[in-house]
Amino acid sequence: MNHKILSYIHQESPIHRLTGAAKLIGFILWSLIAMITYDTRILVVMFILGIMIFLSSKVEFRYISFVFYIFLLFLFINNIAIFLFEPMQGVEMYHTKHEILHIIGHYTLTAEQLFYQFNLTLKYLTIIPLALLFMVTTHPSEFAASLNKIGVSYRIAYAVALALRYIPDIQRDYQNISLAQQARGIDLSKKQKLTKKLRYASSILMPLIFLSLNRIETISAAIELRGFGSQKRRSWYHERPFTKEDYLAIMLIILLFVFSMIITFLDGNRFYNPFR
Amino acid sequence: MNSKVLSIKTVVAIGIGAAVFIILSRFGSIPTGIPNTNVETSYAFLALMSLLYGPVAGLLIGLIGHTIKDAVFYGAPWFSWIIASGVVGLLIGLAASRIKLRDGKFGIKAIISFNIIQVITNSIAWFLIAPTLDIFIYAEPANKVYIQGLVAGAANIVTVGVLGTLLAIAYAKTRPKKGSLTREL
Repeated sequence: MNHKILSYIHQESPIHRLTGAAKLIGFILWSLIAMITYDTRILVVMFILGIMIFLSSKVEFRYISFVFYIFLLFLFINNIAIFLFEPMQGVEMYHTKHEILHIIGHYTLTAEQLFYQFNLTLKYLTIIPLALLFMVTTHPSEFAASLNKIGVSYRIAYAVALALRYIPDIQRDYQNISLAQQARGIDLSKKQKLTKKLRYASSILMPLIFLSLNRIETISAAIELRGFGSQKRRSWYHERPFTKEDYLAIMLIILLFVFSMIITFLDGNRFYNPFR
Repeated sequence: MNSKVLSIKTVVAIGIGAAVFIILSRFGSIPTGIPNTNVETSYAFLALMSLLYGPVAGLLIGLIGHTIKDAVFYGAPWFSWIIASGVVGLLIGLAASRIKLRDGKFGIKAIISFNIIQVITNSIAWFLIAPTLDIFIYAEPANKVYIQGLVAGAANIVTVGVLGTLLAIAYAKTRPKKGSLTREL
């Protein structure tokens, strides 16, 4: 049950040197572009840019490979599901029909469908390098500080910091409880009936939840004793002032955002159509 | 932000709640066979937290928990479903404000109203909000996302109905009831 999760890795690179707030703003705008546009030209440029940015961070691929493979599997299944459910989605979207291969029944492979699914896949592939990069190059405490810096209430930012801080602890709790209950005879194998699975799940859930509720009491007493929440603002140990590079990075991403929006909506809708 | 809405206990409950939500959605889920869709025990926990700490905590546990879960385990947040998770936490917390679980009160009446609330809430979130946002943001085929929403919503209704109710009953039993002490003469 030793599942790996993405976490911060300390290194030296231009991307690591950027402050958390700059990276957060950059990542939010980048995801927004990738979500809004269906313009293949923009997506291809962003995909190449994304890979270049990833390479410049000097993060080794093996640190993120496990998540990347899960993601590729998801993309693969998702693409197949889309084709099974709606083989004519592309035809509806682009209003033309170029048949390539008739498979069976109403399953016909069309150029439009291929192009639509290519775009969809490309959208995910543009977000993933930067999302992974953001996770491994931003220290959790600095991330909370940056949330506060871009205008999120510091109480909420602190809640996010707490969540990130306690994930490993609660994972350990979960594993201990699970092993203890297995020692007492619950069977977590896949062959069980659903009702039994639910009962076994709740025998882990109950202790975990009561443990966590106690933890909430302890932590809130501790931070209240230290004066949390008595002032309107708070300072952050990991906060860093903006440098020239940060302003430059933010300006570049805003330029990219404006430029992509203009190209995307120039011809009236989000979808770039090469079939007309 | 108003400090009455976000008391220190609520802030901590959001943080720890989000962490538990993340761990449960990673380890406590059972696949249903449809892509990207599982029976999630984490939603039973989310419902309990909304009952205990109110709508703001429910909303933020859903939003933060789901975002971090997507980011650390799958690499990219899936915003349409993240928003739906937040809505579940918010609506259960809003509608169930009359259930006084903290005072150890969770009788038949409360169980019935909790379940009516959770069925309505989950239906709004998974049959309506999640698939509609999927189409709007990601332009995925309508019948694929509505079937995914239908399966996920039905699974969540059953999970919250069974596990969520059991959790709330178990919690109520650990609380001293109001006025349960009698004076010895």
